[in-house]
Amino acid sequence: MTGDALETLAFVILAAMLIGSALSVVFLRKIVHAALSLVASFAAVAGLYILLNAEFLAAVQVLIYAGAVVVLLLFAIMLTQGSQTPQSNPGNRQKGIAGVVSLALLGVMGWVLFQTPWQASSSAPPLNATETLGKLLFTDFVLAFELASLVLLVAMVGAIVIARED
Amino acid sequence: MQAPVIMQAFATTLESYLLLSAVLFCIGLYGALAKRNAVTILMCIELMFNAVNIAMVAFARYLPASNLTGQVFAVFIITIAAAEAAVGLAIVLAVYRSRRSISAEDFNLMKW
Repeated sequence: MTGDALETLAFVILAAMLIGSALSVVFLRKIVHAALSLVASFAAVAGLYILLNAEFLAAVQVLIYAGAVVVLLLFAIMLTQGSQTPQSNPGNRQKGIAGVVSLALLGVMGWVLFQTPWQASSSAPPLNATETLGKLLFTDFVLAFELASLVLLVAMVGAIVIARED
Repeated sequence: MQAPVIMQAFATTLESYLLLSAVLFCIGLYGALAKRNAVTILMCIELMFNAVNIAMVAFARYLPASNLTGQVFAVFIITIAAAEAAVGLAIVLAVYRSRRSISAEDFNLMKW
């Protein structure tokens, strides 16, 4: 098999895994199972990042999403007893209209996507993407980078204050 | 060896990644609109963040003129998503403590 065919095969497998696990996040009846299939979808996204030549983002994805965010979600589920009922992941009365809105949005986005003449090139990706990314973060985007650390600090203080027993 | 015809339909181009991203975004949107459990709604919002990130990274890979700006944006989106998850779950815990429920339909304190 050529490299292109292998890449396509990996893309198809990862895309199927991503769509399947995302659907089970939405449709599984127990919320703990939904949270665990969220891990599978985050892992599939990390695989797609590797296919897209973004190794650093793949590592960050596994560490932050599959590690930190899912553990946080599981703690919230366990602390709120929501998992003890057999149907802990119910839908509400807006199921029909929500489906219509989502499918309409998908239709619009798909139509725009295939109408737009992308100036895409499938030339070989640049080497050392991580090095370039680090240089960009500390030169062109250094102000946004510092602001992101401020946002994280505010979020941390806010989360502690909001969740604290008083 | 030539790739089978069915594989060529899925060839990894910018469009296929963007279509995958749109599908994932719509699944997340449906979940965020149609679910009752507040923690599920937060999980679906995380799915939507991931959909946007796939689009960003695909732009960075297939539009060389963008010079990896998409990946920088993805880093910031991941940061904001982590902050959002922490604050959102803290709010869910605080509401659960006062209302004994995490159903989004019981969160009507600010409804008029």
